Amino acid sequence: MERRTAVRAALAITAARLVNWLSRRTGRGSGTVAGGRVGLRLAPQLLSTLAHGRDVILVTGTNGKTTTSALVREGWGRAVAANATGANMPAGHVAALIDSSSNAVVLETDEAWLAMVIDQTAPRVIVLLNLSRDQLDRASEVRQLAERWRGALAKANGCTVVANASDPLVAYAAELAPTVTWVQVPSVWQLDAQSCPHCTSPLRFDGTWSCECGFREPTATVRSEGTRAWFGEDATELTLAIPGAFNFVNATFALVALEVVGVPRSGASARLASLMSVQGRYGRRQWRGRELRLLLAKNPAGVAALLAPGADLDDEVWVAINAQIADGKDPSWLYDAPFEQLKGHQVMCLGERRLDLATRLEADGVTATVVDDVEVLALGQSPVTLIANYTAFRYWLGESTPC
Amino acid sequence: MLRIGLLYPDLLGTYGDGGNARILAHRARARGIDLELVETRVGDSVGRADLYLLGGGEDGPQRLARDLLAQQYFASRVADGASVFAVCAGLQILGTSFAVEGNDTHPGLGIVEAVSVRGTKRSVGDMATRVGEHVLVGFENHGGVTTLGQGVSPLGTVVRGRGNDGAVDGYRVGRIWATYAHGPALALNPWLADELLASATGQTLAPLVSVADELHRERLRSLGL
Repeated sequence: MERRTAVRAALAITAARLVNWLSRRTGRGSGTVAGGRVGLRLAPQLLSTLAHGRDVILVTGTNGKTTTSALVREGWGRAVAANATGANMPAGHVAALIDSSSNAVVLETDEAWLAMVIDQTAPRVIVLLNLSRDQLDRASEVRQLAERWRGALAKANGCTVVANASDPLVAYAAELAPTVTWVQVPSVWQLDAQSCPHCTSPLRFDGTWSCECGFREPTATVRSEGTRAWFGEDATELTLAIPGAFNFVNATFALVALEVVGVPRSGASARLASLMSVQGRYGRRQWRGRELRLLLAKNPAGVAALLAPGADLDDEVWVAINAQIADGKDPSWLYDAPFEQLKGHQVMCLGERRLDLATRLEADGVTATVVDDVEVLALGQSPVTLIANYTAFRYWLGESTPC
Repeated sequence: MLRIGLLYPDLLGTYGDGGNARILAHRARARGIDLELVETRVGDSVGRADLYLLGGGEDGPQRLARDLLAQQYFASRVADGASVFAVCAGLQILGTSFAVEGNDTHPGLGIVEAVSVRGTKRSVGDMATRVGEHVLVGFENHGGVTTLGQGVSPLGTVVRGRGNDGAVDGYRVGRIWATYAHGPALALNPWLADELLASATGQTLAPLVSVADELHRERLRSLGL
């Protein structure tokens, strides 16, 4: 490294540490993003400097990136540098790499920042989980995003892309990548990829997908099926403490990524079972004497995964919907999510957009109550499953405490 | 039997547009109106319906939906008196022409004289349109600018957001209603859902109290209207 660059980087790291320390000390923040921002301002190449020579795994996709990153961290079996607070843009990555000097790095990465972060971190592995609509009012539409990934991945030399073969948009994005491990997964969400990413003709789905133009599902070498991850003919039985069928898919991606960086499957899969909760999700929490289980769902595919048949929901379900900038200002997506599957549950509508939710549930004949004052909920007794989108989730996480 | 035709939800369904069909079905059934929901997907032929719904979509799917409709007896069914509610891409498809990928122009179905081009920037946010004694509230996310032909009435005047061109939104021609308020616009505007049902059934509808009324009032308040 050129001497002047090295000095600049050292200065930026010191400044970032100081800002993070102040931020935590004054209680203004959790001290991740602010320091990273200052560091990047002082040394724009800081992320690249910090990532140099480390084994970096990037995890991106519309859904599951936080949980999959947590599974990678758990499965690695050593100290891991990770942006575990979900700050998934470069400032958060910088903060994570300053916080820990471990050679093992997993970075959850915002979909829109993937190209830039690949460029800066020279990752060993890029995990592409899925791609579906999320906050369309502020991000580019999903096909444009797939196009940008495709451009970046075509140049991703020296790394292994671990990609979801069952998702046509992901398959399109990773098609030109030099090295790909394709993973086949049971898909519950196909609404965003009904027309071919190459030619816009309708896709055919019968076990696998294909198009008349010749674009078809890539042949996968790894397959997620129920609680099993199949590596060729070799099955690994997964045991997880976190609920949801979709987490077996996430765990499969984590095992593939870890294998690329030399972590044996047997040890990694055993360690995955000890992950109990991810940033307040999945685990039981307390609020005013009530027992809550918080689940995050911020888009249709996320809700579909949570409400899939066999989902272990409590009889009483609270659904909290906000429409802040971080949530996307447009709650139209409520109509693309299968909320009708809440039929039979006692549903409470919470959050700023509770009336939008209640209108949607009313149209489907789901019995729901609009709750204007959450204090009345303190009077209940039974355990509750609380499904919330991003800022509503943050609110309930702050209001509740671990059991 | 009222037949509601949801056209190509697999192409034109980017923003919860299927919600409009759900809302209409609910509001019709609550009045005891017998109803059948007919979905036309890619590869299906367009079935006969009293009220057709066209949603929003991205460029490629929008072009495909227009081409599929042009090959079938859709325009003639509209000419024969079927009602239509079209939002965003659907609004452009019924028109004379629209812009696709880059700045290429694609012909519309030509049912309504309305030319859509790509504007200089996208309009993203809450919108409101005054329609007679009512206000339509919704959310828009599009880069289109639509110019209506002589004698084509807009749906209403814009009070928030952009609509067609910052002054007016959508169009209202015979039994065709169109707006840039995308997605489940009828969920937010129960008065419009009822207007469409009345047009399609030829009946005067009994009033219906629903949580959607509260939602409409709350949206108006949040926009300062």
